[in-house]
Amino acid sequence: MATTQDTEQRKASTSNGGGGGTKTLRYREALNEALREEMHRDESVFIMGEDIGVFNGAFKVTQGLLEEFGEKRVRDTPISENTIVGAGVGAAMVGLRPVVELMTVNFSLLAMDQIVNSAAHIRYMFGGQVSVPLVVRMPQGAGHQLGPTHSHCFEALYLHAPGLLVAVPATPADAKGLLKAAIRDDNPVVFIEHEYLYGQRGEVPDDEDHVVDFGRAAVRREGEDVTIVGISRMALTAEKAAQELAEEHEIEAEVIDPRTLRPLDLDTILASVRKTNRCVIVEEGWPHGGVGANLAALIQEQAFDDLDAPVGRVTGADVPMPYSKPLEQIAFPHEPQIVQAVVSTFRDV
Amino acid sequence: MGENQLPEAAVAREWLSTMTLIRRFEERAGEMYAKAKIGGFLHLAIGEEATIVGSARAMRDDDYLISTYRSHGHAIVRGTNPDKVMAELFGRVDGCSKGRGGSMHMFDLERRFMGGYGIVGGNLPIATGLALGADYQETDDAVLCQFGDGAANQGTFGEALNLAALWKLPVVFMVTNNQFGMGTALARHSAVTDLHKRGDGFGVPGMRCDGMDVVDTYEVTTEALRRAREDRQPVLVEAITYRFRGHSMADPEEYRTKEQVEEWRERDPLETFAARLADEGMLSEDDVKEIDEEAVSIVDEAVAFADRSPHPEPESLYDDIYVFGDQVRGWYTVDERAAGVHRGERERDEPQDGARREQFQAVVDSQDAEV
Repeated sequence: MATTQDTEQRKASTSNGGGGGTKTLRYREALNEALREEMHRDESVFIMGEDIGVFNGAFKVTQGLLEEFGEKRVRDTPISENTIVGAGVGAAMVGLRPVVELMTVNFSLLAMDQIVNSAAHIRYMFGGQVSVPLVVRMPQGAGHQLGPTHSHCFEALYLHAPGLLVAVPATPADAKGLLKAAIRDDNPVVFIEHEYLYGQRGEVPDDEDHVVDFGRAAVRREGEDVTIVGISRMALTAEKAAQELAEEHEIEAEVIDPRTLRPLDLDTILASVRKTNRCVIVEEGWPHGGVGANLAALIQEQAFDDLDAPVGRVTGADVPMPYSKPLEQIAFPHEPQIVQAVVSTFRDV
Repeated sequence: MGENQLPEAAVAREWLSTMTLIRRFEERAGEMYAKAKIGGFLHLAIGEEATIVGSARAMRDDDYLISTYRSHGHAIVRGTNPDKVMAELFGRVDGCSKGRGGSMHMFDLERRFMGGYGIVGGNLPIATGLALGADYQETDDAVLCQFGDGAANQGTFGEALNLAALWKLPVVFMVTNNQFGMGTALARHSAVTDLHKRGDGFGVPGMRCDGMDVVDTYEVTTEALRRAREDRQPVLVEAITYRFRGHSMADPEEYRTKEQVEEWRERDPLETFAARLADEGMLSEDDVKEIDEEAVSIVDEAVAFADRSPHPEPESLYDDIYVFGDQVRGWYTVDERAAGVHRGERERDEPQDGARREQFQAVVDSQDAEV
């Protein structure tokens, strides 16, 4: 079972108090604020999941919420992923806004039936009579030596299904803003967090209505020479790689974080590719049928004439995640692979 | 049969009428399937009418019913116009799910029929969520969740019963034990064949009813719903019944003998109930005939309605996948230059003409020609 590696007290330091300012929060604290604010704003919002209440959440995202909102709205569940999600579907169909936490993305596979066959399809297969305003949150990602059943990245699986919205926030500000948007949205949302990011700090707008719309990519770094699209944690890894590219190779990379995969802000990506004429997509998940495979197809379909090199992909290795620390580290992308992939797009031109 | 108390004459007549309507509807659906008016799978509930009507009549209007892929009768018993059920089977735009769901996916929100589900056992978690919703909103609505004996072996059975009991949710789980999970007989798929006993380990007491007897089914379900609603005690009810037809239309029925089917047919829920009402002097032979003629005429009209109803427009292919709002305007791309709702996919934004329109029309024409 996954447990938190990081149990520091929640310390929010306001750097610029008052309206329009920001404060520094960890990713998990930003998620916690989003849940707390939305639960205060709307009585129909409640959360349920394994060990989210008394235990305060395996990754402490739900810290303090049981105490604040009580057992009706913060519900510890048995270990029954498919039924927890299905119960969320049913409750959403009668007007509630459940937020279900699954302990890891790997465990969400047990709930695949309810996520795809029910949540994603109910509106369509019943002729639009009902909506399913459900959020299913789950963390993913490698780096904590949790081996082949706790370390994967499955956004590509959920991206596959029409009817779902898919969010992959990489910063505390996006984690908060996208989660608030997900809760307010009338569609089922698969909200994929990243275990590595929970402890990362970032500036978050000090505003209860800080909502990040789905379908709006963020340009993390501007550049003229190459477009790097980074998914989930890889948006941050791509930013570091871009720094190295500028310093070591005089290549100015534009880094784009799509933030949501459904809807996908393809226009921002295409506009960047039309400017830079080169593109590398970075994801932690597997290569076959991955987010990058899909995005590369879309880019070459729509911007083929603008490309000076094939679209490059940097992905996790095509293996179940190993436990061994050095093996695990080489099984998902780091800056050097991204730098190498970018540099190779400049060859043979 | 015969031990329990008959309801008053008007109620008994309505029960017989509805069971007869479901029977005639199902028979006609089978005929329409043979004529290729209906595609896909067609699962008929002939033989199970007393289970459907007896249990649904124990419900209040505000209670939720949720069912399986064998659910034409469940829609009808809740009051969905048979026209819309037949139109759904025909895949037409006036079907209760606009031709999107078909036989396995009937739905009627207004009458709180929360759907037929095509995944065996997939509806139990949702039923638990409906009950959670009713409880959370502090109503006294309850949920009746029907599923087959085959579903009792899915993981969701144990998961949902446990969760419902743990959270004291107002839900009755009713296993329609028709003796077969598709072609696998009860004793060949379940180590414990007294399915109503299976809830004990989850804190869900079991009850059993004669699913061939509408009165017994009504009485047992009424008590089960009372316990769920008033005592916040989920109950597992096992209705013993039998389907006279195959699992679906594509079923050669090699797993059972004609003799067994005949044995059960002697307990036909319509005939036995009609005979009992006649014995009690509540119904004449003419009444039974009248009820039957009325059912046939409703079904005639349903077929005519379904036949008249148009196919969904090809432009509706992408409708109702998402709820569009301020933030979700499309799912493929967000385009600042596009006005209004932007569904994204380039082909969707253009009329469905050319090859796709031709293909659509060719299918419509061939369907019409087959009749």
